[in-house]
Amino acid sequence: MNAAVYARRKKVNALMFALTAACAAVASGTLLAILGYIAWKGASALSWSFLMNLPRPVGEPGGGIANSIVGSAKVVGLAGALGIPVGVLGGVYLAEYGRGRYAFAVRYAADVMNGVPSIVVGLFAYALIVHPMKKFSALSGSVALAFIMVPIVLRNTEEFLRLVPGTIREAALALGVPRWKVTLLVILPTAGRGIVTGALLALARVAGETAPLIFTAFGNRFEGSGMLNPIATLPHTIYTYAISPYEDWHDQAWAAALILMAFVLAVNAATRLWLRPRST
Amino acid sequence: MNVERTGDRLFRMAIAGFAGVILVAVLALAWQLARESASTWKAFGPSFLWTSTWDPVADVFGALPFLYGTVVSSLLALLIAVPLGVGAAVFLTELAPKRVADLLMFAIELLAAVPSVILGLMGIFILVPFMRALGSPYGVGMLTAGLILSFMILPYITTITREVLLTVPRPLKEAMYALGATRWEVVRGVSLPFARSGIVGAVFLSLGRALGETMAVTMVIGNTPRISASLFDPGYSMAAVIANELAEAASDAHLSALVAIGLTLMAVTIVVNGAARLMLSRLGRRR
Repeated sequence: MNAAVYARRKKVNALMFALTAACAAVASGTLLAILGYIAWKGASALSWSFLMNLPRPVGEPGGGIANSIVGSAKVVGLAGALGIPVGVLGGVYLAEYGRGRYAFAVRYAADVMNGVPSIVVGLFAYALIVHPMKKFSALSGSVALAFIMVPIVLRNTEEFLRLVPGTIREAALALGVPRWKVTLLVILPTAGRGIVTGALLALARVAGETAPLIFTAFGNRFEGSGMLNPIATLPHTIYTYAISPYEDWHDQAWAAALILMAFVLAVNAATRLWLRPRST
Repeated sequence: MNVERTGDRLFRMAIAGFAGVILVAVLALAWQLARESASTWKAFGPSFLWTSTWDPVADVFGALPFLYGTVVSSLLALLIAVPLGVGAAVFLTELAPKRVADLLMFAIELLAAVPSVILGLMGIFILVPFMRALGSPYGVGMLTAGLILSFMILPYITTITREVLLTVPRPLKEAMYALGATRWEVVRGVSLPFARSGIVGAVFLSLGRALGETMAVTMVIGNTPRISASLFDPGYSMAAVIANELAEAASDAHLSALVAIGLTLMAVTIVVNGAARLMLSRLGRRR
């Protein structure tokens, strides 16, 4: 009778082992399936002219997404220029002086902002810039993306600065270096790798954001002119092409998705490998 | 001896200013949304949230179909993703060899980085035809949206649950092994109960993500403001209606109603995320 109980327990054990293994296989297999499918569908529509040409009217061959790639670079670049310094310096404040009520409020606000859906941040940029200016603009898209970046960069910077050993700070202070110099020239560079990584990951994250751009950057079939006019971006173009009824736009959506995916995954994989030797 | 040099004081004040940007931004965000949606709240009162007529032509607005769609699609996603994610985390922490676990974790973490518009693209061209083959009349609909969402939140649930499971004290597990328990019995009897509040935190965090997710849902939910008992029928979500209608909002009343939906969405996610943080911070203290 005992033998029967043992056998049953072993069987349950093996069964649950298999079930959880299946869960893990589904979870990680999804990424491979997505990658494989996009590579397969996207590669067939990808060509040099696709990267270099402007969009053409439906049905006319040779249309490209050059304007979306340039537009994404501009919008994300400006978002980074706005968001990264604010995030890093704010993070320095939290790590170095971050006790007390003010720091608590800042941390709380960052957590709230981090959890606010990106479409709501887009609404904010719309109310802040598009509505008063009565015009969709690349700038408003950048501002929306910057608001998404700041809390990510802020908390990441704080975390990495806290890992800097106190002895380094004390050694520099003991030499009579003013505290601001110690912070900027000793502590910040020590945590540099982690901070740069966090900023890059935040850039990759907003590069894939579509929702806040729909009614801010808006999209454009042509080369956008300046930051105060509507501009095309890669994720938004993928969206527009995907929901269109045209077969050749669908193919172009896959090719554009391949490019976006390659960029996002390259940044993610590279930063992970770059950080590895330090963390282990 | 509490003397601060002038340079140090200026520096501290300057970076305090940078830190304050996010604080001001959050307050301005709430204020802007409240201001722009004021006319809707004035016209319809709180019943805006439980009436279901959405007619931009007649300027009559009720947000119930969108609330319903957001909540139902998110709960469906949890229903699918929580068992999968917890199962995967158990396998990766307790059963798999470390090399395998690291490799699979890498893939799962990268899945979290996939832009949602790309998941939406996969949804339109793979999941929708698949659902049609399963007998869904349109292919798009509530269940399709729930499925796509479940893939989006799966990495969150898996990574957080795994982190929590890694904090289970070894002696507890070893004590149970010493009594002759199988691995699964240890997982069930020690690890999972120990990790419970962390897992609940992960669930709430994922719920917050799912509620606010826009692109993937907009592309497959069907965008029909109707409450239907069938999960195969098309629906709509709060984020999706903002994405679809804001750029073309014809009247100020329409715009205001969309912002009111945005404000509601923000309030809901703040509550859900607050609950998640509470669960996870309680855990951090215990650790």
